[in-house]
Amino acid sequence: MRILLVDDEEELVSALAERLDIRGIAADFVTSGEQALKAAEQKQYDLVVLDVKMPHLSGLELWEQLKNRFPDMKCIFLTGHTSERDFQAGVNSGAMYLLKPLKIETLIHSIQAMLPGRT
Amino acid sequence: MGDSLFVSLQKLFKPVFWDATQATGEEEGLFNYRRIWKLVVLVVTSVSVIPLVIITAMDYNLNRRAMQAEFIHPMTSLLSNTSLSISKFLQQRVAVLEFIANSGSFDTLADENHLRSLFHSMNEAFGGFVDIGLIDEHGVQRAYVGPFDFTGLNYSEQDWFEEVLDHRIFISDVFLGFRDVPHFVIAVKEVCAEGKLFILRATIDTEQFNRLIHSLNVRPTTDAFVVNRKGVLQTPSQFHGNVLHQLPYPVPSYSENPVVLDVKDAQQKNAFLGYVHISNSPFVFMVVKQQQEMMKNWWKFRLELTGFLVVSVTCIFGVILYSSTFLVRRIYDADIRRSIALHKMEHTNKMASIGRLAAGVAHEINNPLAVINEKAGLIKDLFSFSEKYVRDAKLLSLVDSILSSVDRCSTITHRLLGFARHVDVQLEQVDVTQTLRDVLGFLDKEAQYRNIQVSLDITGQIPEIVTDRGQLQQVFLNIINNAFAAVQDGGRIEIWLEAAEPGVKIHIADNGCGISPDNMKRIFEPFFSTKSKQGTGLGLSITYGLVKKLGGEIHVVSELGQGTTFTVSLPVNQETREEDAGADLIG
Repeated sequence: MRILLVDDEEELVSALAERLDIRGIAADFVTSGEQALKAAEQKQYDLVVLDVKMPHLSGLELWEQLKNRFPDMKCIFLTGHTSERDFQAGVNSGAMYLLKPLKIETLIHSIQAMLPGRT
Repeated sequence: MGDSLFVSLQKLFKPVFWDATQATGEEEGLFNYRRIWKLVVLVVTSVSVIPLVIITAMDYNLNRRAMQAEFIHPMTSLLSNTSLSISKFLQQRVAVLEFIANSGSFDTLADENHLRSLFHSMNEAFGGFVDIGLIDEHGVQRAYVGPFDFTGLNYSEQDWFEEVLDHRIFISDVFLGFRDVPHFVIAVKEVCAEGKLFILRATIDTEQFNRLIHSLNVRPTTDAFVVNRKGVLQTPSQFHGNVLHQLPYPVPSYSENPVVLDVKDAQQKNAFLGYVHISNSPFVFMVVKQQQEMMKNWWKFRLELTGFLVVSVTCIFGVILYSSTFLVRRIYDADIRRSIALHKMEHTNKMASIGRLAAGVAHEINNPLAVINEKAGLIKDLFSFSEKYVRDAKLLSLVDSILSSVDRCSTITHRLLGFARHVDVQLEQVDVTQTLRDVLGFLDKEAQYRNIQVSLDITGQIPEIVTDRGQLQQVFLNIINNAFAAVQDGGRIEIWLEAAEPGVKIHIADNGCGISPDNMKRIFEPFFSTKSKQGTGLGLSITYGLVKKLGGEIHVVSELGQGTTFTVSLPVNQETREEDAGADLIG
């Protein structure tokens, strides 16, 4: 199981990746949507954790593209806040929402919920 | 008793706007309904009643003058005609005496037989002569024809003698004389051909006067009489007594033309006094008419006019009062509705602004907070997995302290987002009683610890309602939490439910500190808190929003120092409401 973390806050996403690694969950991180698309082409990821609000390519737009290219991929949105409309769009596309700041255990439980039997 | 009746009447008739003021400061006058009402009543009353009063007064005066003229005109005619008759009577007698004086010499007239013959002829022709005498220049009566023997009497010391010498003709006031019969004297001075001065003096019976006045046939309420210029009656008067009695009022100023005055008569009743001075005589002819009889129709008219005015003014004033009250009440109602609408709009806008602000703040804080959280979490992870630091309790405790602070900040930002939250209501059948019991279960420990008595009473059959269970729990939790905060240790919280068509009413009452009227207006405003640093000021605002979203109403009644009661009314079947756009956010 491999996870891709995408957030324009490098400090956040790097620490999160390292913490997941410590807990035995292989996680890479990138800091933009464009980098995420490239990374997804290069490696197979089971799940992406996306920040909703990012410059150029938002989390929702990125997820639309990733979902089209990798239909088996799962997604967890990580957000400071979002509108109900975005929330509904995300939920309808099968994603899960988590609110920053979050406990690492919450993220791991969510990953386990999204990828049952793989962790 | 009187006071309580007055208070009851005041309550009954006092309009609702009487004590209401919608604004203070510069706009106070604009919303001072009592002042507006008074102004409207004053202005409308002025423009409607004052012209009516003026027209009525003018009508009154015109009618009064017309009626007075109607009464005065016959009076002046009577005065004029009668004075002419009296004057003619006197002139005739004077002319007779002058004729006799001119017709013969002093010696001829001194012949008593001749004088008697003339006296009889005079009486036959004119009547009213009592006696006649010839007086020489020294005042000695040389000849006399009459009922007494006055020959030889000397009149030189009497006033009238001097006066006739000066003025040639003299007419005396009425006096009683030797016979105790009212009469007066006419004296004429003459100088005969031989140059001898003599005076012819005749006494006239006033019976002639009396007959003249009696023949006027005046009404019983009218008195006609003759007085001298000192106000002494010369003929009998119906109201003022017999001859030589003094008139109760002074004789008015000299006028040979009829004059009518308003006076009080002997019975102190209003009367018209008409008079005219008889020229070349001491006599004044007077007519007194009591107004009571004459003015009866006038007073009837005056009473009708006054009645009409009073009834009209009362009706007009009644209509003005009613319509003014009605109009100001409509203005007041419109202002109240406008005020409520503005208040709602203001509240909605405030909520929208707060929602946007909350979302913005949450976003801006959550991101760096997440970085701190993850970095601190990573440090802890590294320490936890490192042999070197895993036993360093102090380091781990420091990291935990950071994480705990992040958690506290996170709770605040989540609460802010919760305030701005708008998610679809998830409707289900909810047992309100059970929901309340669940909420109270959370607070059991605190109630026991602080010795707070919490009671739950259920009146009647409480129906299940269709609502969002989670949000309803939040509502109850917020209100009961507030009640816990308001009461002292050992306080009391009473909760009772009742079925209220078409839903359920939940009352939550505490015997805590209560809310002041000023604070009461603001308790549902976001960030308004009376708990100083302990409260975020969002609890009741969120509660208000949730109750509205659930299709219900929330009311609060409070008395400072006595306690507060919140009442939440919820419908059995709710229709979800569209909330303001500012709350269109999710945390």
